[in-house]
Amino acid sequence: MSIDIETAARVAKLARIKVEDDALPALAQEFSRILDFIEELNEVDVEGVEPMVSVEPMRLKRRVDGVTDGGMQDKILSNAPDAREGFFAVPKVVE
Amino acid sequence: MSDLNKLMLAGARDALRKGDVTSVELTEACLAQIEAADELNAFVHKTPEIALEQAKAADVRIKAGDAPKMCGLPIGIKDLFCTRGVASQAASRILEGFKPEYESTVSGKLLDAGAVMLGKLNMDEFAMGSSNETSVYGNAVNPWKVDDRQLTPGGSSGGSASAVAADLCLAATGTDTGGSIRQPAAFTGITGIKPTYGRCSRWGIVAFASSLDQAGPMTKDVRDAAIMLEAMCGHDPKDSTSADLAVPDFEAMLTGDIKGKTIGIPREYRMDGMPEEIERLWQKGADMLRDAGARIVDISLPHTKYALPAYYVIAPAEASSNLARYDGVRYGRRAKLAQGDGITEMYEKTRAEGFGHEVQRRVMVGTYVLSAGFYDAYYNRARKVRTLIKRDFEEAFAAGVDAILTPATPSAAFGLGEMVDADPVQMYLNDVFTVTVNLAGLPGVAVPAGLDSKGLPLGLQLIGRPWEEGDLLNTAYAIEQAAGFVAKPSKWW
Repeated sequence: MSIDIETAARVAKLARIKVEDDALPALAQEFSRILDFIEELNEVDVEGVEPMVSVEPMRLKRRVDGVTDGGMQDKILSNAPDAREGFFAVPKVVE
Repeated sequence: MSDLNKLMLAGARDALRKGDVTSVELTEACLAQIEAADELNAFVHKTPEIALEQAKAADVRIKAGDAPKMCGLPIGIKDLFCTRGVASQAASRILEGFKPEYESTVSGKLLDAGAVMLGKLNMDEFAMGSSNETSVYGNAVNPWKVDDRQLTPGGSSGGSASAVAADLCLAATGTDTGGSIRQPAAFTGITGIKPTYGRCSRWGIVAFASSLDQAGPMTKDVRDAAIMLEAMCGHDPKDSTSADLAVPDFEAMLTGDIKGKTIGIPREYRMDGMPEEIERLWQKGADMLRDAGARIVDISLPHTKYALPAYYVIAPAEASSNLARYDGVRYGRRAKLAQGDGITEMYEKTRAEGFGHEVQRRVMVGTYVLSAGFYDAYYNRARKVRTLIKRDFEEAFAAGVDAILTPATPSAAFGLGEMVDADPVQMYLNDVFTVTVNLAGLPGVAVPAGLDSKGLPLGLQLIGRPWEEGDLLNTAYAIEQAAGFVAKPSKWW
């Protein structure tokens, strides 16, 4: 399958990765090559086959929905590129 | 004692307990080797102060007769594991400066077992690569060298493989999503096991593809793999996919007796254009197991051919979701913003400069296969094929096969830079023998079995039944004993 430049641009946008316009044709070509490879899967008869959810048919453990941890604001903010007054700081989100 | 860094876990453990050596001496020997091995670029964050402090504490415990199983043994930790207060970057620019406030369960278990951490090891960025060439730290280099070329140690656990093969540490942790423990182990002449999915907790390990990722040990021999795997395994309430099963004493299961075992040879692993040397090694492996009393049978795993394409849908899909957390807000790097840039520009610029090319490519492929209109055609189809791949193995095991023997890699280590111009799919072919094992969640071990005509190590892979790592390691032990692989790289670094 061939991926066009518009599709490559759309995917980059969805992935929130800035790709300059002049890099899009090469990117589209790479996607096309990888998708060609993936399309080998179309040869397989998957009629009636369940898609795998988990490799082991184990029931996931459940736990009480309770607070077990907390009160560590400093630790949580310690790696933030920008934190102010106990909050993560980001550029303006709303006008 | 001299050359303490060349000891194995078992030998060092016994020497520590007998009082022939101290953990501080072992640790200092390794630290000195690490200092002299910058050309290998294996250790990317060195932690000598932490190591010596831990070694001193270990010596006190040993003296007091209170030594847990890994007490005083110096090891390296792959950069993918979060280690408290120590840089943990997954070899990515986007995690520059990140120092976790917590310890991953697996590295924490190793420390609780008394292990000494020498530092963090190089790898492919976010474990995406097969040659350690996607790392922000630059390439890790294979200590094996047969001409003027520098060779890849494989990937993604390339730094771990290089460090263990070069005797910079006694052993190291690795992680394996599509072959990232087994392929580098094979490229460097060491042993590496990926346990059954769920054996090791994934908590605190930077996530790549959560349904495939597993941690495991990379060691100088099979006994060491058994010792270290036991210390890494076990149920963890913080990882809902970690198995609540007892962890056996894997080392005690190494008898070398495999009489009456049935070993399957899957015909689909005989690829077109497979180098004759790989073919011969595989045959030799089968002969060794037969001579040790196993029954060798031909088996069929008909969906093998579709494992790589299925993997290259499922792994990028999960990665695109897992890596969405790198947004420049909570940790790591944020791009410099221009006047008037809003939050979307912050995300886009941060991720464009923080992620390397291969990571960007996989995140975008994952985004595409999960996007509206393609989800069924790609992602759901790949998950159905995954069911069929797992069924192939189940049928082989149900027919009485105890383990499956395959080559570990389609070639010996290749030169760094040699694949730069190849298209990405060529690089993906490195995982052709290993990736099925992750898709089926099975344990797989790579064990060195010989040298190629140029003198580079080649490995064999054994694939086992779920949760039977002990039996699998015992079969690997039989190969190890028969192969008598003792070659080491000669020191040039």
